[in-house]
Amino acid sequence: MASLTIDPPPRRRPVCLSHGRWTPFLFLAPAVLTLFAIGIYPTLFAVVTSLRHYNLTRTHDGFPFVGLHNYIAVLADHTFRETLARTALFYVTVMPVELALGVTIALALHRPGWTLMRAVVRVSLVVPLATTYAVVGLIGRLIFNRDFGVANQFANWFGMPGLDWLGDPRGAFAAIAVMDIWQWTPFCALIFLAGLSMVPNEVEEAARLETSSPLALLRHVQLPFLLPGLTAVLILRSADILKLFDMVFTMTRGGPGAATDLVSIYIQRVGFRVFDMGTASAQAILLLVLTIVLSRLFISAFYREID
Amino acid sequence: MNPRQLRRAVHLLFLAAFLLFTLFPFFWMVASSLKDQTDLLASPPVWAFTPTFVHYAEIWQDDEVSGAIINSLIVASSTTLLAVLLGTPAAYSLARFQFRGKKDLWFWFISNRMISPIVLALPVYLLAQRAGLLDTHLVLILIYLSFCLPIVVWICTDQFRSIPGDIEQAARLDNANHWDIFWRIYLPLGLPGIAVSAIFSFIFSWNELLYALVLTRSDARTAPVIATSYMSGYELPWGKIMATGTVIVLPVTFFALLVSRHMVRGLTMGASK
Repeated sequence: MASLTIDPPPRRRPVCLSHGRWTPFLFLAPAVLTLFAIGIYPTLFAVVTSLRHYNLTRTHDGFPFVGLHNYIAVLADHTFRETLARTALFYVTVMPVELALGVTIALALHRPGWTLMRAVVRVSLVVPLATTYAVVGLIGRLIFNRDFGVANQFANWFGMPGLDWLGDPRGAFAAIAVMDIWQWTPFCALIFLAGLSMVPNEVEEAARLETSSPLALLRHVQLPFLLPGLTAVLILRSADILKLFDMVFTMTRGGPGAATDLVSIYIQRVGFRVFDMGTASAQAILLLVLTIVLSRLFISAFYREID
Repeated sequence: MNPRQLRRAVHLLFLAAFLLFTLFPFFWMVASSLKDQTDLLASPPVWAFTPTFVHYAEIWQDDEVSGAIINSLIVASSTTLLAVLLGTPAAYSLARFQFRGKKDLWFWFISNRMISPIVLALPVYLLAQRAGLLDTHLVLILIYLSFCLPIVVWICTDQFRSIPGDIEQAARLDNANHWDIFWRIYLPLGLPGIAVSAIFSFIFSWNELLYALVLTRSDARTAPVIATSYMSGYELPWGKIMATGTVIVLPVTFFALLVSRHMVRGLTMGASK
């Protein structure tokens, strides 16, 4: 008996029209040239600056080339390494909370029932995400005020003593963490919710008939659909925390002492308070290298099939 | 109460608790902007008070605040307009042509989403100083393109890809060139995506603080910079600060609600659809 072979359906190729050799580039030119002028050129300028002794408060002896001196100094600089370590600590402090809360909210929003309430919560998720980061810092400063802040009022309701949050190193770190969790948990929730909605309906319904345990459903059916989102969140949030500036700057300016001195705050201070542009540029270039590694990771995870 | 009812109750309770958590800082900002100075400095804070609009009147009469809001409007809308003008042709090219180096171009566009603004702020400050562009709208508009342009390119490419190729092939038979196809077919059909990307571009430019903080001094200061500038001195004008905060946040909140379905796309450059 002749075997019946079924040809795979022809893959629909993306439309590709004949065009002159230069046509694609003519359309790209305005955007590419602009991004080159405002992105690549300043970056190259920063590289050159990082090789010079470039202090804006001492301009009379010019800006002599010093080779890799700034980089060596930066790598040996305890404060710089401490700010990087603090930024990493901030990441490992906020991420578990944002992920756990985010998954829980996504599951609660995905679960049938309370339709109107779910719709309201879903819409409310975008409010923190769009709130101006600088204003988030201002709100945080008011909420965590020692004398008339509402955080201490809540603490008192639960029988805990009030705290001078922003005057205490640990309190300040906790306060910026809370504001970050407030602002970015919805981001995790929305990404996980998108993952959950990718689970085929019939699979999920069949699983619901099999088991009444939400945990079993999560582990065996929904988890595979959450993992790509998880990777995206982990990479994007690490880049976001490396560039976190606005909220922390308005809330604590890196203080008290160095308690909330994250890496972007520190570089900004070296560049625009101390005006040591050479050192600050070297720090910024190192940060850029770190970011490029992260982007590579992100792209290899998500854009494999770009045609 | 049987277990099913209990679960339903827990579900509702959790949703309600999270809603309170999400909206509380926002609510607290608006409430504080409506308190008079005595209520603001009350310890512990008061929850019931007679609202007053005195702080809004105060910022209404303050030329610094209104000037900063006008600056923000000028900068954010010019950036958005330019990003759409420059970005949509690029998106057309990426959506419809095959060419060498396309992947590298993508990589470059997307890495712009991740780069810390401090990396560009240092050299741009020095370059703008030389060119005499410090404290101008122009320098902010240009530098804001560094994050708005990639967003527009990404979202519009995605949108243009979903336009069926048949329409385009029909147009080709009528001897339309690529410019006609882009102008007469892609722009009108891609309008929803263009609008979404424009709104994102506006939100991000409106919210930006670091560049505005270091590149402007007085004439071109934007609203977030002004809001931060009250934070020095001993007795802080909390009512005025919160009123300014509310005025800054309200328009972007409105825009964000408009594009709420696309929020994830805008923030991830499309990593999860």
